Amino acid sequence: MAAQEMNGAAVVIRALVDQGVDVVFGYPGGAVLPIYDELFKQNQLRHILVRHEQAAVHAAEGYARSTGKVGAVLVTSGPGATNAVTGLTDALMDSIPVVCLTGQVPTHLIGNDAFQEADTTGITRPCTKHNYLVKNVADLGRTIHEAFYVARSGRPGPVVVDLPKDVLQAKTTYSGGAKATTVRHRSYNPQVKGDIRRIEEAVELMAKAKRPVFYCGGGVINSGTAASQLLTQFVKLTGFPVTLTLMGLGAYPASDPQFLGMLGMHGTYEANLAMHGADLLINVGARFDDRITGRLSAFSPGSKKIHVDIDASSINKSVRVDVPIIGDVAHVLEDMIKLWKARQARPDAKALDAWWKQIDGWRARDCLKFRNSDKVIKPQYALQRLYHAIKDKDVYITTEVGQHQMWAAQFLKFEQPHRWMTSGGLGTMGYGLPSAIGVQVAHKDSLVIDVAGEASILMNIQEMSTACQYKLPVKIFILNNQWMGMVRQWQELLHGGRYSESYTDSLPDFVKLAEAFGAVGLKATKPSELDDVIAEMIKLDRTVIVDCQVDQTENCFPMIPSGAAHNEMLLGPEDEAKPVSEEGMVLV
Amino acid sequence: MSEMQKIERHTISVLVDNEPGILARVVGLFSGRGYNIESLTVAEVDAKEHFSRITVVTNGTPMIIEQIKAQLNRLVPVHKVSDLTIEAPSLERELALIKVRGTGEKRVESLRIADIFRARVVDSTIESFVFEMTGSSDKLNAFINLMQPLGLVDVSRTGVVAIARGPDAL
Repeated sequence: MAAQEMNGAAVVIRALVDQGVDVVFGYPGGAVLPIYDELFKQNQLRHILVRHEQAAVHAAEGYARSTGKVGAVLVTSGPGATNAVTGLTDALMDSIPVVCLTGQVPTHLIGNDAFQEADTTGITRPCTKHNYLVKNVADLGRTIHEAFYVARSGRPGPVVVDLPKDVLQAKTTYSGGAKATTVRHRSYNPQVKGDIRRIEEAVELMAKAKRPVFYCGGGVINSGTAASQLLTQFVKLTGFPVTLTLMGLGAYPASDPQFLGMLGMHGTYEANLAMHGADLLINVGARFDDRITGRLSAFSPGSKKIHVDIDASSINKSVRVDVPIIGDVAHVLEDMIKLWKARQARPDAKALDAWWKQIDGWRARDCLKFRNSDKVIKPQYALQRLYHAIKDKDVYITTEVGQHQMWAAQFLKFEQPHRWMTSGGLGTMGYGLPSAIGVQVAHKDSLVIDVAGEASILMNIQEMSTACQYKLPVKIFILNNQWMGMVRQWQELLHGGRYSESYTDSLPDFVKLAEAFGAVGLKATKPSELDDVIAEMIKLDRTVIVDCQVDQTENCFPMIPSGAAHNEMLLGPEDEAKPVSEEGMVLV
Repeated sequence: MSEMQKIERHTISVLVDNEPGILARVVGLFSGRGYNIESLTVAEVDAKEHFSRITVVTNGTPMIIEQIKAQLNRLVPVHKVSDLTIEAPSLERELALIKVRGTGEKRVESLRIADIFRARVVDSTIESFVFEMTGSSDKLNAFINLMQPLGLVDVSRTGVVAIARGPDAL
């Protein structure tokens, strides 16, 4: 393609289109007006106007997670950029590829405390994978393409490109096409193939294992749909049990008998005890997060550990492993399967059988059971009914953060990757609604449900306006217990029942609130109303808020109290919590 | 104390693109993750390729040192990370400018010691010297300690620079 002369703002639009971006989530302001002017003149790139820049990033995250593509964000300088910081940090913690374009004051005013100036590259340096300040329009196109390359390569993450207004207005030439978009980076070229000798070692250990368990995470999902298929194939081939992290749900089909459920702080009894009793852990694309390991000194004490991760800094960060494999999950699994088949590995059938018997014993405890009621809606029951209604549909789930999030992870089952969007690492209340908007924009005919709590939803409730403007039929299913449920639960279990500031007085009438935005509001107060309300919610081709009023005192179990080990789980309210150690009390 | 908990001192060389903000990225990584910096030097070493070389002296347990290197390596503008303490025999040097103020016997004594340490006088007034000295950090420390009672008033040190012995480049 011949190079054409145009201004920087036009280069931005052209470069985004050349990157395959079809939608950008944003909010205009003085510094980015030239870009908005160019947006106005074209039809290839759609813009979704959010109501707060944090939501723009979460929407892009939802878009990215549900499509496997890079999400794009456009915000103005100063407050536009600072508002985006929470979203960027969220994307960094959960390894979500996002490119965020921020406006900046003109280069000659940088450092001058100009109107709506913020040191955006300084502020976002620790909360992005990488960031750029473009000072010369000649570098603009290349920088945007590099930003997309960095965002999606290796361990994905958010990248900021800061764009001074004079750069957007300066003239330059831009030639698009494959030559422009293909980046050969000087220094950043992450390794995707794993070291074959290490993979051999891993296969060797797996062939000899007596009590193995696969422990897999979001890295499988980030590696692409093929990775999930390969994982499923390999797990079946070995006959080993498999557990998934919060971020990994959907990487392995939840209905398969080899799946033990989620592990970790609110994971299942069988998953956590399998981790504790295993003689071999095969960690694929997970990072030994503190929600997973519990007390480190007691974490899976008798196991050899294999760790597959594309990010070398994840390896040996908190847990020492025996066989580190740096590489992309799909590539490594492919090699593992090849080697496993080639050596006709047969795991010790007798030992594996005994291991499964033990696991089935733990399963028989039925750790997710709860005492249902016919008077008050139990949150778990609400999710069971929701799951019953949606399980055969083309559905995407997002969540906010708290008890409802953990219950959703426990009670909704995911058969495929990319169907579950939740804020894992950062734990960002207010993530769910904007994320659902991003998912719905990408999948306009699918059912998209934000499982929410009444506290979290209020953190980005303004996005109702976005959903209604674009007629996005997202469903907001609020498990309303009038408490910040997880805070209340910790106060009950760890702080002597002193419920400091965790009750929300003066909650809005969510039905009227929905109507005020032009959406539909529904309410369920009794278990008998649930099914009808859920059916109505699904039927409506509108934005819907369901105010599902649930038991105010229900706690989320099982639970590994902070500072405890996997084999010290609380299974329910009848389990007396041991006093938490001093070491445990300081943990979050 | 077990082997794994022992605090070790490591000198790490980092080859980076010489671009705005690169030093902030490296320093921010250390402060954000709670790693220590004993000394840090940085300068462009290849004007054509725009490479800068950062030499950082740090300390921590073997697991922390491994983390530091992995974290440095994943910064986008970082080309190479080399742990000179373990990867190869290496040389370390530091330069210091040391100002000593005094008259009479003390002044003569400072000059005599400077001679023993092969420090050079680079500035002089009738009541002061500025010594320039190059060597290992230990040698500099020893000299500075000796100057203390002789009228030491000011010290400026570069921090450690290091390079591997032998014919190979970083």
